[in-house]
Amino acid sequence: MSHPIPPGTRDVLPDEMLELRELTTGLSSTFTEAGYGEVWTPALEYEATLQAGDDSGAAAGFRLFDEQGEVLALRSDMTIPIARVVATRLGDAEPPLRLCYFGHAYRAAERRTAELREFLQGGVELIGLPGAEGEAEVIALIEEGLDRAGLRRHRVGVGDGTLFARLLEETEVPEEARAELMRLLTARDFVALESRVEALGLSAAACQRLVSLPSLRGGVEVLDAAGEAVDDLRALHELLAERGIADRLIFDLGLVRSLSYYTGPVFEVYDPAVGFALGGGGRYDDLLGRFGRPLAACGMALDVGRVHLAQAAEERLA
Amino acid sequence: MSPPLTIAVPRGALFAETLDLLDRLEIDTADVRANDRRLWFADAGIVTVRPSDVPTYVEHGAADLGITGKDVLAERTDTDVYELVDLGYGYCRMVVAAREGEDAMGESLRRLGRVRIATKYPRTATAWFARTGRQAEVVEVKGSVELAPLCGLADGIVDLTATGKTLVENGLEIIEEMEPSTARLVANPVAHKLKAGEIDELVARIRGLA
Repeated sequence: MSHPIPPGTRDVLPDEMLELRELTTGLSSTFTEAGYGEVWTPALEYEATLQAGDDSGAAAGFRLFDEQGEVLALRSDMTIPIARVVATRLGDAEPPLRLCYFGHAYRAAERRTAELREFLQGGVELIGLPGAEGEAEVIALIEEGLDRAGLRRHRVGVGDGTLFARLLEETEVPEEARAELMRLLTARDFVALESRVEALGLSAAACQRLVSLPSLRGGVEVLDAAGEAVDDLRALHELLAERGIADRLIFDLGLVRSLSYYTGPVFEVYDPAVGFALGGGGRYDDLLGRFGRPLAACGMALDVGRVHLAQAAEERLA
Repeated sequence: MSPPLTIAVPRGALFAETLDLLDRLEIDTADVRANDRRLWFADAGIVTVRPSDVPTYVEHGAADLGITGKDVLAERTDTDVYELVDLGYGYCRMVVAAREGEDAMGESLRRLGRVRIATKYPRTATAWFARTGRQAEVVEVKGSVELAPLCGLADGIVDLTATGKTLVENGLEIIEEMEPSTARLVANPVAHKLKAGEIDELVARIRGLA
């Protein structure tokens, strides 16, 4: 007799659970030893709360009505719920605030790939520490957690989520064409991006900037091509160099994250053993303000299941 | 030493030109050409797969790069791969076709408010009819689409054609043409960052050939 579970969800049995638990315990010790207090928030939030943080409700995929007729949504990330907590329950706490979490998040599985509808996220949020100093602390901490988990070959991609929007403005791309170009970059359809940009009739220099900058990625030298527009990333590089982990970074001038609340540098974690990013995050300086407590903030989350995949691959190599 | 990049190469219509391209890029395809049944060529860094499977291998990182038609990519919008270069070859057109000399589609739209379309490319067909403001009932078939309008399964078809010969032989005519398709080089998002140097170098060489 078959009693299926919904696609994109999974049961975890003892052998795997032991490994997952060891992984989350290691990550959680790393975070708490660094002064990040662990919090829980409900898996169900009012839909309006998620929408206050991100216009699309952070792409929440599952909604239901409660007995009062209120619309509830299963959280699709942890950042918005934590912003809510910081603005309400922790409203009097003196910043900077350092919080970490482990919890399941839920997304619609539009894609038929290995994408899960329910997945375990572990991450950190650093609230009230603006600029490169905050970002460097968060990246270094995630880096330490992954090191402790036994990963050796992973890299952190670093870009600026606002760079392309600023390029569109600077090169005077007409308003009505911007959303489409942004969409093409997000999908990394470089072929269509190039042909659309060429069709706009901009100067050769402007075309060049719009097409070639977002495809640049590599060491800190790629920042030279973008000039002052990426001074934030230069500062971040400097701080991470001081911490001795600059060689872990890949600067990626085309890096964009799909959530709208990012206001500056954005990050993603990659490992050669896994075809998908292990996690990501970035700076979101406006989000807390939407909940009534304007504070600069940044954070990063790992997809624990994918980190586990990378860990297993690393052990096979050893 | 293993090659720096693994490339998913499509067997089928794009196969010969893809191998020619790889030769010009100095990637050794002699083994691939000599072994029709082998699928994996570790020394050359080549895996040979069905064209429609290329996005799958690349998305999961089983191959760093892949070559497949834009028609396949348009159908696989749920697949997260980066589209890097239009390779120019493998030209074909996605068309709407119906029985010659009749207006089965117009008739259906007028009287039933929708047109029934058979296709191997349901997403592409659905998107096309939505974009052109017509309601369509899309029926997915796996092969011999030309048959569908002849025996009444559908009013018309959406299919890929290079010369249009098969359509004519089955008494069908092209009614509308969508964007043409050519072969594309696609990359896995993670490989695109972790192997940026190798990929950029290959892309530069491809652009240099043109």
